Amino acid sequence: MSQFITGNGWLQLALYMAVLLACVVPLGGYMARVFQGEKTFMSPVLGWLEKLTYTICGVDPDKDDMSWKDYAIATMVFSAIAFIVLYFILVFQNLLPFNPQKLPGLTPDLSFNTAASFVTNTNWQAYGGETTMSYFSQMVGLTVQNFISPAVGLAVLVALIRGLSRKESTGIGNFWVDMVRANIYVLLPLALIVAILLGSQGVVQTFDAYVTAHTLQGIDQTIAVGPAASQVAIKQLGTNGGGFFNVNSAHPLENPTPLANFIEVLSILLIPAALCYTFGVMVKDKRQGWSILAAMTIIFVPLLIFCVAMEQGGNPNFAALHIDQMASHLQPGGNMEGKETRFGITNSALWASATTAASNGSVNSMHDSYTPLGGMVPLLLMKFGEIIYGGVGSGLYGMLVMVILTVFIAGLMVGRTPEYLGKKIQSFEIKMASIAMLVPGILVLIGTAIAVMTKDGQAGIYNPGAHGFSEVLYAVTSAGNNNGSAFAGLSANTPFYNSLLGICMLFSRFWIIIPTLALAGALAAKKTVPESAGTLPTHNVLFIATLVGVIVIVTVLTYVPTLALGPVVEHFNMIKG
Amino acid sequence: MGAVFRNSILRLNPLYQARNPVMFLVFVGSIITTGIFGVMLVRPDAIIGGGQPLWFVGLITFWLWFTLLFANFAEAIAEGKGKAQADSLKKSRRDVSAKKLNKVTDRTKHLSVPANSLRKGDIIVVEAGDFVPADGQVLEGIASVDESAVTGESAPVIRESGGDRDAVTGGTRVLSDWIVVRVTSDPGESFLDRMISLVESAKRQKTPNEIALSILLAALTIIFLLVCATLLPYSLFSVERAGAGSVITITVLIALLVCLIPTTIGGLLSAIGISGMQRLIKANVIATSGRAVEAAGDVNVLLLDKTGTITFGNRQAVEFFPAPGITQQQLAEASELSSLADETPEGRSIVVLARKLFGLPERDVKDLKADFIPFSAEQRVSGIIINERHILKGAGDAIARIVAQKGGSVPAEVTVQIEDIARQGGTPLTVAENSQVLGVVYLKDIVKPDIKARLADLRKMGIKSIMITGDNPLTAAAIASEAGVDDFLAQATPETKLKYIRQMQEGGELVAMVGDGTNDAPALAQSDVAVAMNSGTQAAKEAGNMVDLDSDPTKLIEVVEIGKQLLMTRGSLTTFSIANDLAKYFAIIPAAFATTYPVLGALNVMGLKSPQSAILAAVIFNALVIIALIPLALKGVKYRAEPAAKMLSRNMFVYGLGGIIAPFIGIKLIDMALAAVGLA
Amino acid sequence: MKSLLSTLRPAIGTTVLLTVLLGGVYPMVTTGILQLGFKAQAQGSLIRDSDGKVIGSRLIGQNFDQPQYLWGRLSATGTAPYNGGASSGSNLGANNPALMDAVKGRIEALQKADPLNARPIPVDLVTASGSGLDPEISPAAADYQVGRIAQARGIGAAVVKSAIAKSTRQRDLGVLGEPRVNVLEVNLRLDGKLK
Repeated sequence: MSQFITGNGWLQLALYMAVLLACVVPLGGYMARVFQGEKTFMSPVLGWLEKLTYTICGVDPDKDDMSWKDYAIATMVFSAIAFIVLYFILVFQNLLPFNPQKLPGLTPDLSFNTAASFVTNTNWQAYGGETTMSYFSQMVGLTVQNFISPAVGLAVLVALIRGLSRKESTGIGNFWVDMVRANIYVLLPLALIVAILLGSQGVVQTFDAYVTAHTLQGIDQTIAVGPAASQVAIKQLGTNGGGFFNVNSAHPLENPTPLANFIEVLSILLIPAALCYTFGVMVKDKRQGWSILAAMTIIFVPLLIFCVAMEQGGNPNFAALHIDQMASHLQPGGNMEGKETRFGITNSALWASATTAASNGSVNSMHDSYTPLGGMVPLLLMKFGEIIYGGVGSGLYGMLVMVILTVFIAGLMVGRTPEYLGKKIQSFEIKMASIAMLVPGILVLIGTAIAVMTKDGQAGIYNPGAHGFSEVLYAVTSAGNNNGSAFAGLSANTPFYNSLLGICMLFSRFWIIIPTLALAGALAAKKTVPESAGTLPTHNVLFIATLVGVIVIVTVLTYVPTLALGPVVEHFNMIKG
Repeated sequence: MGAVFRNSILRLNPLYQARNPVMFLVFVGSIITTGIFGVMLVRPDAIIGGGQPLWFVGLITFWLWFTLLFANFAEAIAEGKGKAQADSLKKSRRDVSAKKLNKVTDRTKHLSVPANSLRKGDIIVVEAGDFVPADGQVLEGIASVDESAVTGESAPVIRESGGDRDAVTGGTRVLSDWIVVRVTSDPGESFLDRMISLVESAKRQKTPNEIALSILLAALTIIFLLVCATLLPYSLFSVERAGAGSVITITVLIALLVCLIPTTIGGLLSAIGISGMQRLIKANVIATSGRAVEAAGDVNVLLLDKTGTITFGNRQAVEFFPAPGITQQQLAEASELSSLADETPEGRSIVVLARKLFGLPERDVKDLKADFIPFSAEQRVSGIIINERHILKGAGDAIARIVAQKGGSVPAEVTVQIEDIARQGGTPLTVAENSQVLGVVYLKDIVKPDIKARLADLRKMGIKSIMITGDNPLTAAAIASEAGVDDFLAQATPETKLKYIRQMQEGGELVAMVGDGTNDAPALAQSDVAVAMNSGTQAAKEAGNMVDLDSDPTKLIEVVEIGKQLLMTRGSLTTFSIANDLAKYFAIIPAAFATTYPVLGALNVMGLKSPQSAILAAVIFNALVIIALIPLALKGVKYRAEPAAKMLSRNMFVYGLGGIIAPFIGIKLIDMALAAVGLA
Repeated sequence: MKSLLSTLRPAIGTTVLLTVLLGGVYPMVTTGILQLGFKAQAQGSLIRDSDGKVIGSRLIGQNFDQPQYLWGRLSATGTAPYNGGASSGSNLGANNPALMDAVKGRIEALQKADPLNARPIPVDLVTASGSGLDPEISPAAADYQVGRIAQARGIGAAVVKSAIAKSTRQRDLGVLGEPRVNVLEVNLRLDGKLK
């Protein structure tokens, strides 16, 4: 153990948080306008496309207000179609165009897993990128899902926000309208900007076949290329995370420079953070949005700092060897196994934290090779249920579920039937919120138990000792919380893991979406109680602290034994030497 | 106390325990460890024992049963207290025979039937010496009734038909005269019956917030059940990977489970509910449902009748303001004369003031040979005709009209005075003799001395107080500002009251009100929380969801506090219960994996002596904390009138932060004690 | 509730429209813009020799284990190190004995190639990169190898250092990332294929 975070490290972390938070108001305000159907500067550009879509689909954006059940059915039907289409694209990619490498169709279990993975915005990567996916599959299959699965998340979030802000209403908006607007006004323009910025930095964008280079040492080297920039941009922005290449954003052609890295890692948290402000605008009380953003940030920043510090501390096992792990102006130092030179420690740990705080799951370094406690940070951030910023849409609606549970406990403590934004939180709401809270925990605990108890599950484990347990735990946690990052040593492309994790992803996504929409419907139907001195304020420091406390305690209590048996044991084993 | 202990043990009945999923899990766990203990008694090296020492399994089993017993004990104590109250209530519901009538008109022909056969709508007669067999409304007659069995108030009260006092309660006793009563409740549904069932847990309906909380507790229980159940495969796997140690035992898993699931709140939940209702009864309020009590805690608008609640019931004359050219004494004399036959408190106060100020002699009305003009709704004046002197008193406009008919007029000074008094919240009473206006009597509403502080408390709790009065807006405004209410509804009629409440509710407010008269019934029925005075009419009592036996209009404030306290106690103990888990993990996890992963000993921050003592200490702490919190559950978390934010920060500090820290200390102390007696 | 059929029309309609827009138009437009504006980058930042044959990519590392070349990071790509067709990290855990073996193996190789060098070895030179294709090493790791390269090539250390210096990039915008040396560029310079 040598050192803490470097001066430049602090600077980079501060810069990141500053830029991220600076984007919250403009982007959040813009999204609020979009989802409230107001005119924006994009309306003249793409308004015709929106109208055309409604005409073709027979949707009247002003009249077709859906009940929560209709909204849920639309969500499910749309996702089911997306799932089926993607599944068949993958299975039959050998028959489809844009396949210069003549890659074969995917196996049914891998196709199932990948379809589940992308439709649920998890983007767990059981496939190998450049060795598995044709350009057609990447574009028409994966890129399309990278747009529409976060758009579904945004739609569900907007429905929940409407539930909180409407009074005695049966409708919570129109799914098609919300989803289409999310795609064409929010995701598409942002993706185009980011794709071009990344392309200028060296991210490839071509339909040519892979290149063969004759190297200096005289051997042939295959260099995989493809239409990566367009896919990487939306993979980051849509908290998707499924990489174009196998090693995701650690790949130099997917993430070539520190500047590209900054844009990509900023894109991870950009929309989820800004949505807090959107929420504040839409419920007509910006303080509510700020307090949620504050709670997220309060949980995120210490864990981020802890992760950077742990990685910068290096691997004590190397102490006996003749290795220099100290950071200096000539080298990043620290635990560099699985990390890229251009990113060093700070940007790797920053990415690891951001990608798991959001349900992104892309990586720019190999989490499996992190120090035990450094690797526990992404694990823990996923275990929070992907609500610390979280996925696009899904992060905030998951967070609002936790807010509702917090309001319930705190509300009882002030002697009133708990209420949030004037909506009374009663048994139905608690029932739905409890289901949404329980689902990831149930999936992770049972899924991990199944994996460690079966031969097939154990067979995938790569690293020895307690770290093998962490690998399985990480995989199931990732799938059960729709993150998608991995301790990639685990051989997960097997029928067993493809099925287990695919099921986890589907359950986790839709068994949270349905209760969330039910919650939205129930809340929309309620009256709004006016605020008074007897109302529990949900925008002050005390509430933020309570919310943070509830999230941390609930998560820690659920996962202490697993964390103890994995990373904690590893850590003590490591420092014991 | 013996009954309480007996009850605690009798409740170890699976059917009974199954009603509470948290405690049921403890129950199942206790049975399993008992089984393991039994097996180990026969074969100490049985696999199921996992190599744990017999004494350890025995002690864990012992304490698990005690956890259960302690929870039962809490409930039994609460119920025991409730039972005492219920019994005294039940005594008044004795089985008597009722005199049932066929026709209202003929009260002599009646049929003797048992009280419990009476149905809603039956007509009965109750005569001197009879017990009233059921709740009802007096249709005919007047009687003095001893209601001490219900209210505890020994002075008899008058019950009569037609007025604001037409309600009789079952179990009370008619002392004199007779009344014909229409029965208003079926057997088992009277106020008394409902109240009894609220304090007897067997029939207790869970309140809405209690149901919501139970759902949350069930969700947490599911999580912890899974945490413990999956720990077994994890342990098996870890032992295999580490190549060392032994797998976690069932006994330890059950111990961990019982420590993690919210037994503290789970065990005390029904005790909290029962004792909340008891506090209500102690305040002499009968609620029709627990829901109403909870709703009282949510109220954010309180409608208070001015008269009797904010001010003393009657206005009093405090000053005479003569018209120009008239002396004060002239005015006083004329006023006194005009009020001689006026038996209202206001009238009497005029007489008293006039005599006091000017030493007027006592005189007997009958000696004057005067004609009295009684107050009539059309004329809105009253007075006296004595020797051609027509002395009238009444509202300014009414007097002005009469004087004008007689060719007189109201001097400008008097008009100014009238407005002035009204503005100060007083009631101006104009006095005129024939066509001449003599002046104005200032009748003042006396605001109760303590009301201002209570209303300020309400405001701190976020409850708006609205004064309801028949007065004109000017008068109402003055009293409102003197008493410190937030708003007022002047010139209120039953219709405007109802409209006002609806308006409030459409804005999302929860409205509480107190009422007594029949004309209050629609407003009471519309209110979310409605407290009817016991002295009030049957219509009012039926429309309300609570009855105040003391007929004290300020009682509503106490009810609100009881409602809030009930929720606060539940919330605080839930927080405490969950916060406790952190320390238990620190005690149990290193101990449970001591053989597989000795490095986890680093997590033993409390420095507990041995794995066995650590687990045992956590289990014992978990059981004892239930006992320790019984008084709090019964008494309720201390309530103070203050804003929600302040209340939350205090409760969070005490029960949240305290809940995290307390078990670290408690478990350490128990561990030291266990070590001291050699159990480590 | 609406019928399933009335849900199907917008479901299929939006799926088709969005697939065309996001899976077709969007990547095509992106490709068009990048091929026009940043052609070299869009094609993979390839380096060609004088005949136009591809030597490699500036962004993709190559395997160097001959003493006259600057060595890069360890690579754990599929089948062979620096396989640009199958990127992969080592995924070895911090406590994994295999990690210790790999590190020790690299230390041995470094020491064998340069027995006199007693300086502590910069950590990035003995650890595998995340992609297995890392084109860069830290300036410290480059500097560590100067003596060996100079000796193997029989040139002065200053020449090697200058080649390294020319291929060294500071942090982007002065803040972002880490200072780094492009290994392939250095070796091209040393071989005289790049000025």
